[in-house]
Amino acid sequence: MNAQAATNVITDQMGPDFLLAVEGLTVSFDGFKAVDDLSFYVDENEIRVIIGPNGAGKTTVLDLICGRTKATSGSVKFKNTELTRLKEYEIVRAGVGRKFQNPSIYEDLTVFENLEISFPRGRGVFGALAFKRDAEVIGRVEEVAQTIFLADQLHQRAEYLSHGQKQWLEIGMLLIQDPELLMLDEPVAGMSVAERKKTAELLNTIIKDRSVIVIEHDMKFVEDIAHKVTVLHQGKILAEGPMAKVQADPKVIEVYLGH
Amino acid sequence: MTQALSPRFKNLIGLLLLAVLLAVVLPLVLEPFRLNMVGKYLTYAFVAVGLVLCWGNAGILSLGQGVFFGLGGYAMAMYLKLQSSTLEATKIQSTPGIPDFMDWNQITELPFFWVPFKSLPLSLLAVVLVPMAFAFIVSFPMFKRRVGGVYFAIITQALAAIMTILIVGQQGYTGGINGITDLRTLAGWDIRTDSAKTILYFVNVALLLGAIGLCLLVRGSKLGRILVAMRDKEDRVRFSGYDVASFKVFVFCLAAALAGVGGAMFTLQVGFMSPSFVGIVPSIEMVIYTAVGGRLSLFGAVYGTLLVNWAKTSFSESFPELWLFGLGALFIAVVLLFPNGLAGLYRSHVEPRIDAFLGRKGRSGSTPAPAPAE
Repeated sequence: MNAQAATNVITDQMGPDFLLAVEGLTVSFDGFKAVDDLSFYVDENEIRVIIGPNGAGKTTVLDLICGRTKATSGSVKFKNTELTRLKEYEIVRAGVGRKFQNPSIYEDLTVFENLEISFPRGRGVFGALAFKRDAEVIGRVEEVAQTIFLADQLHQRAEYLSHGQKQWLEIGMLLIQDPELLMLDEPVAGMSVAERKKTAELLNTIIKDRSVIVIEHDMKFVEDIAHKVTVLHQGKILAEGPMAKVQADPKVIEVYLGH
Repeated sequence: MTQALSPRFKNLIGLLLLAVLLAVVLPLVLEPFRLNMVGKYLTYAFVAVGLVLCWGNAGILSLGQGVFFGLGGYAMAMYLKLQSSTLEATKIQSTPGIPDFMDWNQITELPFFWVPFKSLPLSLLAVVLVPMAFAFIVSFPMFKRRVGGVYFAIITQALAAIMTILIVGQQGYTGGINGITDLRTLAGWDIRTDSAKTILYFVNVALLLGAIGLCLLVRGSKLGRILVAMRDKEDRVRFSGYDVASFKVFVFCLAAALAGVGGAMFTLQVGFMSPSFVGIVPSIEMVIYTAVGGRLSLFGAVYGTLLVNWAKTSFSESFPELWLFGLGALFIAVVLLFPNGLAGLYRSHVEPRIDAFLGRKGRSGSTPAPAPAE
């Protein structure tokens, strides 16, 4: 079903069923167009991988979708809601989760507290004051900790985790929000071989029932998970399609894979 | 679960130790004059406690807390001034019934913003609400526009300067450089007597312990953890669905309200309020108290305030011109050598020994540093 959805994407561009529709997205920093008239569509339950050389604008695309960078022009529609006009926290609450490239966790808090803060309840000032650590919260935190291999580290301060464990923790913090669209920026960067393998396994369990956009350089990893690959180069799409097709594309080989 | 209870238990012990020190030991040891001085120091501790939340926990350094201290202090002073400006007491003025300094400045009618301060309940509300409202107006646009760090610190410092200039310049409405003086009674009760000062000292201690209790509750809630999270990784909090700015506004307003209460208690115990407690120097001094005590420790902030003020009084009695240099050196030394202040020293050197002494379960008294009593 996923594979089928993936092949339909190009022919069915205007359909209302896309979870995410990016159209004509442009951002320019002092005249330099980091992302230039970009359009792509992500289906429900699709795993999309974005690859491309350094400076191609991959991270900027994620920044634009989650509102961290404001678009110069173009639109980003998530479930037919325009995201470019929303604030970051509103985009998160709409169901878009974002993992940063460097593990972005709260070092001074415990693993439990890290996960608890990401639990989607009591997000206003007074909601946070009145927030109770009830059975539902504890159950969900423990469940997620189990998934991210940190069940026995719950009361450890996050700063004492290894690099790989920090990456998992941040993935767990997204997981507990249960977003419909999950965006991961180089989730296996800087990991050992063993950690990489475990992470691939982890990603394979968490990407069920949601759409995922992943930025990754590790081709083996990309091959394993991608339904469809988008190759970015100088802010534009160089190629798009299934991994096999993209890998055979001479333009892609020239600017990226050949290196 | 026992692990989760332990910090709460330590906080209770810390609060209890502080209560015993302030409400039993110091009143027994000190003569009324010195006790009143400690009372004055403790009014700064309200600001320091607020700064622990605002600066230590949330990472928002404000160099303008004197403004909020002053607003609370002036709110109280205005009420007290109107109390002592009865027709009877001011009958020699050209306009009887208004504060003397207004009369000296050819003002013939009580300005509209003084009118609410005829009422004690309204004045008490103003002590808390005016600093909060002002903090909100100042911080809301800044935090929404993501002004933070050094820029926020500099703007708050400018605010302290502006406020001083405003108060000094508007002599007819504010009492100018002299401040509001000659305060006598609170709802008919003479605050100048020794017994009144002792009672006010205990009221101050009770309010301070209450303020610390409130801050402990805030810190213990999820909001407290979000503040810490924001300090570490603001973007992560934002992309976890929180409106970061509103949390910052909240903690800044809370610190301002506490500073306002401190200011009001200052006016009551010292008997006047003047712009010299509003400006840049007092605002920075208050940050130093927090830094010396340990900017992460609510109890440390109180001990730091007492210690620095005690040192200030002792030093400036003997070497008045050297004190400011000493204070500056102290600040630099703390920042460079003991970034977590007294509380940090306590945690790294004293607490482990207490824990070891009490055995593995380690249920011990927390943060109090060696008491800086005279």
